[in-house]
Amino acid sequence: MRKEKLAEEDFIEDPRYKQCNKEALLGLGLGLLNLVWWFAWGYGLGLKPPEEYTYVLGLPMWFFMSCIAGALLFTVLAVVMVKKFFRHMPLGEIEAQDGAESGASGEVR
Amino acid sequence: MAGARLDVLIPLIIYSIVVFLLGFYSLRFVSRAARRAGKGFLAEYLTGDRNMGGFVLAMTLVATYLSASSFIGGPGAAASYGLVWVFLAMSQMPTGYFTLSVLGKKFAIVARKINAVTVTDFLRERYESKFLIAIISVSLVFFLIASMTAQFVGAARLLEGAAGISYQVALTFFGLTVLLYTIIGGFRAVALTDTLQGLVMTAGMILLFGATIYAGGGVTRIIQELYAIDPGLISPLGTDPGTTSVAWVTSFWILVGFGVIALPQVATRAMSYRDSASMNSAIIYGTVVSMVLLLGMHLIGAFGRVLVGEVASGDLVVPVLTTHLFPNWLAGLVLAAPLAAAMSTVDSQLLVAVGAIVNDVYANLINRRIKRAAGFTLGCSIAIGAIVFLCAFNPPELLVWLNLHAIAGLIATFLWPVLLGLYWKRANTAGAFASIIAGAGSYLFLSSKLFQRWLGELAAASPQLLESAFFVNLQAGRTLGMHTVVAPVLISLAAFILFAYLTPRPSSAVIRKFWGV
Repeated sequence: MRKEKLAEEDFIEDPRYKQCNKEALLGLGLGLLNLVWWFAWGYGLGLKPPEEYTYVLGLPMWFFMSCIAGALLFTVLAVVMVKKFFRHMPLGEIEAQDGAESGASGEVR
Repeated sequence: MAGARLDVLIPLIIYSIVVFLLGFYSLRFVSRAARRAGKGFLAEYLTGDRNMGGFVLAMTLVATYLSASSFIGGPGAAASYGLVWVFLAMSQMPTGYFTLSVLGKKFAIVARKINAVTVTDFLRERYESKFLIAIISVSLVFFLIASMTAQFVGAARLLEGAAGISYQVALTFFGLTVLLYTIIGGFRAVALTDTLQGLVMTAGMILLFGATIYAGGGVTRIIQELYAIDPGLISPLGTDPGTTSVAWVTSFWILVGFGVIALPQVATRAMSYRDSASMNSAIIYGTVVSMVLLLGMHLIGAFGRVLVGEVASGDLVVPVLTTHLFPNWLAGLVLAAPLAAAMSTVDSQLLVAVGAIVNDVYANLINRRIKRAAGFTLGCSIAIGAIVFLCAFNPPELLVWLNLHAIAGLIATFLWPVLLGLYWKRANTAGAFASIIAGAGSYLFLSSKLFQRWLGELAAASPQLLESAFFVNLQAGRTLGMHTVVAPVLISLAAFILFAYLTPRPSSAVIRKFWGV
């Protein structure tokens, strides 16, 4: 097991990938959170009999929270995700040395 | 023609002229690239030399995955099932940020490392199997032809109804427009026209949305009228809780939300942008635009119910609403939106089909030194376009069936080989093969008549089975109450992991190529 690991690591992994993996996980996490929000409000409030519904701006509360507020919230969260956590990096070929630096500082414009 | 409504047609004709101009603009790049050898030409024709900026990337992504069905079929379903269908459509909301962030910059970096111009290029380099590529490319072409034919038919019917021209004329108008600009301009023309089409879709939606609410007397009144027609129209269970059940509606997050990442026409976009700044801003634009369009169009359908009542066919709700609410010349502008949605889906699919034949099969499997790349590509685009066009006159039954299963079939086939190939070093050829066979196979089996007949025999043998919800769901094509696509996605994941661990890890050359500097 240990030997295999070593064999795999005897090359320099593209240093940009660390940040790439982080961004992918963030996107996945945001998607799952979006699903939870949508499901919890939609079915949490919506499964009551319709005569007991409360309304916001004319729309049933379950729909408003799940779809309208959810859409706005997750748009804002997507903006925050990109602005706060996503980094700029070169996408083309990099030299091993450059790459190590860009991976460390994360910001290469 | 006798019933032709010129005032509806003229805005549409102007629109198609603008689209042509964008095609001719891109032709300059394409003909410059035609002097390059093999791959050089295809890089321009299939990815626009990876030069998309953020706004164009966002618009082409959204316009590609929002097809005519989001503008016609979806709102129609919302009119008959109610708010639940808007709720269901919101499962597509993440696509704007999910696709780009999960395939991410890594996909763009890898595509540059291995000089991939199609998703199949990526799979070929990663799994090193010609056989795998041959299967994938051939099935891809079939699925895409079917799906394009359906878009052609939908668009032509819409034009026929709205402009009062015959189906054949409508089909010719639509077909010539979309085929001409795509064939001469390649990916650059597609991305630019998609941007225009995205804007047209948004403008049409906003006009129609405003008019619907105004004519209905405000949101509060519309919702109360819906409640009076049927309380189910404003409940997340819908008017028919058996159809729009909790599990089924939720499973659309896999079919149209997260799974979209695996569609080749969508994934190609994630390797064709200019730089990391384009991707970052595309996530923001894409999320906003897709959220507005999805919410708006489906609400129009749901609210429209109070204005047009129950229309014979759901597909007629949007056209009827449009002609009902607007003067003719404005109706033409608004109806350009669903036509744009159909065009922007077809054009991307056509390029993926052309890429599968020219790049994946011809250039990579048959003739590695493709000399007259430009001529061959052009001929191939025209041939596929002609096939789709002819099929749309009278769609063969096989195509109708293929289209019904195109999206789910592509997801069951591509999802794990792309995702795991990108992020999991241990992913190898055997795993990818197992995943594709298990995914596509189980999907075909679960949606086949054979399986239904077999269930029927089982029920006849022991009638008490019909009392179990599990069994009744299976008969309705729902495994555990969810859409048919869910089980194959899970099965193909399990098959991938199992077979990957049973067989040797991929060669270190592949790992170096994909993960090394």
